[in-house]
Amino acid sequence: MPASLRVLRRRIRSTKNIAQITKAMEMVAASRIAKAQARVQAARPYSDEFTHVLTTAAKAGANDHPLLEAREEPSRAGVLVVTSDRGLCGGYNANVLREAERVMRELSDDGKEPSLFVIGGKGVAYFRFRNREMSGQWTGFSEVPDYANAAHAADTLTACFLTGGDETVQRPSDDDGQGSGGSGEGSGEGSEGGSSRAASFVPPEDAEGLDGVDELHVVFTAFTSVASQSVTSRQIAPLVLEEEESGDEEQSSSDPEERQAEYEFEPEPEVLFDRLMPKYLRARVFAALLDAAASESAARQRAMKAATDNANDLVENLTREANQARQAQITQEISEIVGGANALAE
Amino acid sequence: MAEMEVAIVGVEKRLWSGQANFVSARTVEGDIGLLPGHQPMIAALDEAGVVRIDPTDGEPFHAAVFGGFLSVTAESVTVLAELAELANEIDVAAARDELQRAEGGGDDHDDTAAAAARARARLRAAGENPDR
Repeated sequence: MPASLRVLRRRIRSTKNIAQITKAMEMVAASRIAKAQARVQAARPYSDEFTHVLTTAAKAGANDHPLLEAREEPSRAGVLVVTSDRGLCGGYNANVLREAERVMRELSDDGKEPSLFVIGGKGVAYFRFRNREMSGQWTGFSEVPDYANAAHAADTLTACFLTGGDETVQRPSDDDGQGSGGSGEGSGEGSEGGSSRAASFVPPEDAEGLDGVDELHVVFTAFTSVASQSVTSRQIAPLVLEEEESGDEEQSSSDPEERQAEYEFEPEPEVLFDRLMPKYLRARVFAALLDAAASESAARQRAMKAATDNANDLVENLTREANQARQAQITQEISEIVGGANALAE
Repeated sequence: MAEMEVAIVGVEKRLWSGQANFVSARTVEGDIGLLPGHQPMIAALDEAGVVRIDPTDGEPFHAAVFGGFLSVTAESVTVLAELAELANEIDVAAARDELQRAEGGGDDHDDTAAAAARARARLRAAGENPDR
């Protein structure tokens, strides 16, 4: 006789409960995707325009800024890994972490020491369990990130980047606000550039004492559509100038080279770039967070749909088994009764 | 009359876009007025400032812009801002409250000064006098 009826009924009940929960999570994730997707799209003009402006400015000859120029012999590279806070989203985190490991291995092979920055509880837990040192970690906003979260993380990265690979971040002391907080090895400018940078950018408190970096990379899951997300790693600083395609250049109809030659900057390019750089990194990190949030919801929706389907299959099979067991029980009872009646009749 | 394509783009969304005859803003170096056909330029705006736009069709309006910058080409002006609010979205009473609180003093000098500047920009954009 198969498993007893009582046990089977209990399993059916609990599997149904699980299906209900996963179904609810699937619906929540599905509604989040739509919202997250709308945010990704709404935020796109800003980062597109920003990249356009920076590209233009760079072409117009502001090339010696640390944001734009790769440093000679980079010794350390920052890697920002964007994971989720909660699990139950299939391979989402595993994929990001695998890519992050690959990027870091590659950087080490190139002689650059990777410096880890992690967003999301799952990534933090992963690296902590492996006793890997993290330069920065932020959690609690992976599903609905807002700009302040991105700004906070990005400012730490900016501080490390401006400091440069061979030094640690120093905060300007309180009594002189014009301290050299932003200037450092690799900025390649005199004290004047340093003080203006410090005036427009003060490193956040938790950046103090961190090792500087010469490059910044970000590993996140890019959201292309509900059906397709892909783990992506990008270098965000120094800026890799992307050749603009003529298709997305709507505003300038005539020859772009000619147009850019006559650009005017206010204030002068070096100072302007000092002001734009923190904002640029914030925009890039924010865009990555929004993409990651949409991807996370999509991954969770898929995982929960699979879980619900599996649970329903299981319920179906268990119900068959339970029916069989019930039939067997009834048959047995009848044959017992018949047997008993026959015995009495003789 | 000549016109240009103007857009105010915030981090989270594009706030406004359309045709306009005139844009004025305050950069870190001073006030600037932009007419169609201006020389291409990129300028950093005041940390908390007001931008005025005269659309081709409709009344001129203001917007409070925080942490922004301008990108100008001959036929377009784009204001990029970390945070921007159109005048009709601004809660005047809340801004006034905030200004009072910020100017009432606090522990952290830098923060309250920035908050006061933000509140002032909001009030000016909404057409109120911050000092009244």
